[in-house]
Amino acid sequence: MEIKGEIFRVSGPVVTAEGISPRMYDVVLVGHEKLMGEVIRLEGDKSTIQVYEDTSGIMPGEPVENTGGSLSVELGPGLLRSIYDGIQRPLPVLQDSMGDYILRGVSAPGLDHSVKWDFNASAKVGDEVSGGDILGTVQETPTIVHKILVPPKISGKIKTIKKGKYTVDDTIGTLEDGTKLQLMHKWPVRVPRPFSRKHPPDIPLITGTRTLDGLFPIAKGGTAAIPGGFGTGKTVTQQTLAKWSDAQVVVYVGCGERGNEMTEVLTEFPHLKDPKTGGPLMDRTVLIANTSNMPVAAREASVYTGITLAEYYRDQGYDVSLMADSTSRWAEAMREISSRLEEMPGEEGYPAYLASRLSEFYERAGRVETMAGDDGSVTVIGAVSPAGGDFSEPVTQNTLRIVKVFWALDSKLAQKRHFPAINWLTSYSLYNRVLGDWYSENASKNWGENIATAMSVLQEEAELQEIVQLVGSDALPDDQQLTLEVARLLREFYLQQNAFHDVDTYCKINVQAEFLDVILHYKNLAEASLASGKTVEALTSIPVLEDLGRSKYEENFSDLLPKLRKQIEKEISELKED
Amino acid sequence: MQKEYKTINEISGPLVFVEKTEPIGFGELVQISMPDGSIKRGQVLDTSKEIVVVQVFEGTTGIDRASGVKFLGETIKLSVSKEMLGRILNGAGEPIDGGAPIVPEKRVDIIGAAINPYSRDSPQEFIQTGISTIDGLNTLVMGQKLPIFSGSGLPHNDIALQIARQAKTLGSDREFAVVFAAMGITNEEAQYFMSDFERTGALSRAVVLMNLASDPAVERLITPRMALTAAEYLAFEHGYDILVILTDMTNYCEALREIGAAREEVPGRRGYPGYMYTDLAQNYERAGLIKGKAGSVTQVPILTMPGDDITHPIPDLTGYITEGQIVVSRELHRKGIYPPIFVLPSLSRLMNAGIGEGQTREDHKQLSDQLYAAYAEGVDLRGLVAIVGKEALSERDQRLLEFGDDFENRFVRQGREEDRHIGEDTLELGWNMISALPESALTRIDKKIMDKYHPAYRDKNKK
Repeated sequence: MEIKGEIFRVSGPVVTAEGISPRMYDVVLVGHEKLMGEVIRLEGDKSTIQVYEDTSGIMPGEPVENTGGSLSVELGPGLLRSIYDGIQRPLPVLQDSMGDYILRGVSAPGLDHSVKWDFNASAKVGDEVSGGDILGTVQETPTIVHKILVPPKISGKIKTIKKGKYTVDDTIGTLEDGTKLQLMHKWPVRVPRPFSRKHPPDIPLITGTRTLDGLFPIAKGGTAAIPGGFGTGKTVTQQTLAKWSDAQVVVYVGCGERGNEMTEVLTEFPHLKDPKTGGPLMDRTVLIANTSNMPVAAREASVYTGITLAEYYRDQGYDVSLMADSTSRWAEAMREISSRLEEMPGEEGYPAYLASRLSEFYERAGRVETMAGDDGSVTVIGAVSPAGGDFSEPVTQNTLRIVKVFWALDSKLAQKRHFPAINWLTSYSLYNRVLGDWYSENASKNWGENIATAMSVLQEEAELQEIVQLVGSDALPDDQQLTLEVARLLREFYLQQNAFHDVDTYCKINVQAEFLDVILHYKNLAEASLASGKTVEALTSIPVLEDLGRSKYEENFSDLLPKLRKQIEKEISELKED
Repeated sequence: MQKEYKTINEISGPLVFVEKTEPIGFGELVQISMPDGSIKRGQVLDTSKEIVVVQVFEGTTGIDRASGVKFLGETIKLSVSKEMLGRILNGAGEPIDGGAPIVPEKRVDIIGAAINPYSRDSPQEFIQTGISTIDGLNTLVMGQKLPIFSGSGLPHNDIALQIARQAKTLGSDREFAVVFAAMGITNEEAQYFMSDFERTGALSRAVVLMNLASDPAVERLITPRMALTAAEYLAFEHGYDILVILTDMTNYCEALREIGAAREEVPGRRGYPGYMYTDLAQNYERAGLIKGKAGSVTQVPILTMPGDDITHPIPDLTGYITEGQIVVSRELHRKGIYPPIFVLPSLSRLMNAGIGEGQTREDHKQLSDQLYAAYAEGVDLRGLVAIVGKEALSERDQRLLEFGDDFENRFVRQGREEDRHIGEDTLELGWNMISALPESALTRIDKKIMDKYHPAYRDKNKK
């Protein structure tokens, strides 16, 4: 298949070659320096190639070589703790080979081929295996056991298999038909990895953040979009999710973002502790960093690289979450390449296939039964950076059509220092109903009902606020004043959560349920007392309310809640009737 | 000896199409000799076996089909040297100050490669600009890129000059060397900058690149790259701390649009090319620190927002690349306040890394949050006052309203030559002002900081 041809034309990152007859999306090596590129259009005997590196100085007539394969990543032990660029070249290796700047024409394998891993075989000689079955395990990091899978599309009877220390290239066993088995295999990034079937998204990804778990939950294998305007705490939200969500493996894709910001992630993540195990967070994390000034075609590829790694850990039976920051930059990369190809543009210059590319990408999320029969999931959380803060632009709109959860970060809330700055009026989750059963079983029976009540109080508050701004709150009838107070408790105590506070940063799901129930218990009692003649001033100024606000920072918050509930009952019953 | 081709087929806008060449490299530098003997320079934009497209920097005036085209076999390079400090160059990097030619220590490709994110160091050293609204509320940090979003007719040039003059670090008192790149500014503005540089002696530690409004637009596309190449060289090879001022990025983007249109590219938003984000990023991202290297590149690009519209593609894309923005307000300017920096939409994303104990002062963060919040409330109240009148406000709200005016008049307003120290001047002024507010309004400050710094307590506690 390796056919050599030569360059016909060079225009920025787009190169036209003649004399090769590749398939679409084959990887080709361009020029004497062997720059990596991908075939994106075939026309007569001319192939159009998007090149992942800078093409300055490349001339017509230079050789082009077809590798015969499409853009692939290496999958095997050693992925975790790694920091890659958009096409799975490890950044530390690039630094060693070409210094502080990313120059071109350097290839670097995704995995370290010299490390020996301790392989523990679980499959036996004579076993019938097929793609996705587990051959054995490698302890990849102290927290994650890496399961060695039979590569998809391969099947047969095991002839030999041996445990011991191997590099990813060594043969760990063979099949009857002579196929060699290794610790790693390659997979093309643009092709979703196979699975048996998809499960309905009925288990929540628990984040420990009250706003997210309660009001706008996301399912394991679900999809969410965070539109991140300037300074709304998008990064903090994503980092909190990376730290606390009950996903076992995290893939973080920095796609077209700021260099200094990426550096912050790169320097901070290795120092962050995994709250569940006490080990470094990096032990279960893969970082992909393709900053805004790195080649645009590699940026386009970076989200595919990310999701393929995520799918690989899903196939091992793990719950994986993929953070893509930001999908808008990815869409812009598509636009840029499309305009170089002189394609007919769609809305705002984006290619007409923007919507289908986005949906194909998000569709790779899901909770599945793997080929080996385990359960695994990929949850995709994509940040969106709407141009000019305008949600009607094509990337936001096309994303919203696909994703099921929308966490609207609000700059007004951020300015008021209400964190997480997720606007409870404009955000939504379509998983509320499917997850209802899980919550009523695992959190509390009246979970769904309580959440609905809380939402309606917050909604009512928003309407009342408009009146209050004109006439002041004193002019409202008593019951509405009480609603405002309950809404304040919900906002300031329940929804606000300090990501930097040791205790408050994570709230267990049963504590969340109890906390909300106590606030609503106050609401019910107060409403009843109001009817029986107690004053709203007295009801809203009982001292226990401030205790309720402060106690969420206490270690033994869950023990305090029943006491607070009793105290509320006591203080209300002791109030004099008017 | 390079071959000279006489095979120009088409000339369109700034582009020249040359036929029947030997293989020519993409991005190669081109020399075009015109019938009258003068020479123009350009760059290969598109190359194929059939036709080569050349973008001419000095404009295509006077070029005819008989002109000779020579391909120089290398991409655009800048001759760099320590001697560049104190020199004035044109937009293409050639001296125009009448001095001797610069003896190059090195010739460097002006298309800078991306810094490996793994090799970068996190910016965290505080830069004191002496301007309260920046130091106190939107702190500039060494290695940051912090643009000034302004509008036509606003004094952004004065602000930039003041920053260039006063910028220093606190501990070691290192001074900055300035790389100043002007793109499409008027001769008048250029003279203003130059006379200020000369007056203050800043020129001796500055590299100035001038592309004036009358110079060809295409040249503007290489001016910032030249400037940043010089900056990186001085920073990472000679250990200087460099402050790069690019003005005006709007003119740069207009030039980008002009070339895009001449090439008949598919336009993106408002006619700007679809790759403008990447193109801008390739300039802005050339700021930062590198692990194990002494110098730094800090960028302060200036742009004028067309129609004062912050959602216009130029400020919008810039804001997504840079680490915050300083917004200059027409309203404050009309009130006669200098510098008219409107802090509410301004932001420095790296501020938290550069302030606090060991950098500025432990109370900096809380005080700035409080000033920010109180001013925001004060500004909000102005709207209300217009409807209900001042008398209808509560006592607390009246004080906040007054604080808003006071903040603009004392904290924002300062002299063009006034160099305020962060602790002794800026933060003290901040405390002095918020002490006029009722204590119940100071919710962003905790008790420990209050006791130590609030004017009402600290003297008592000292005794």
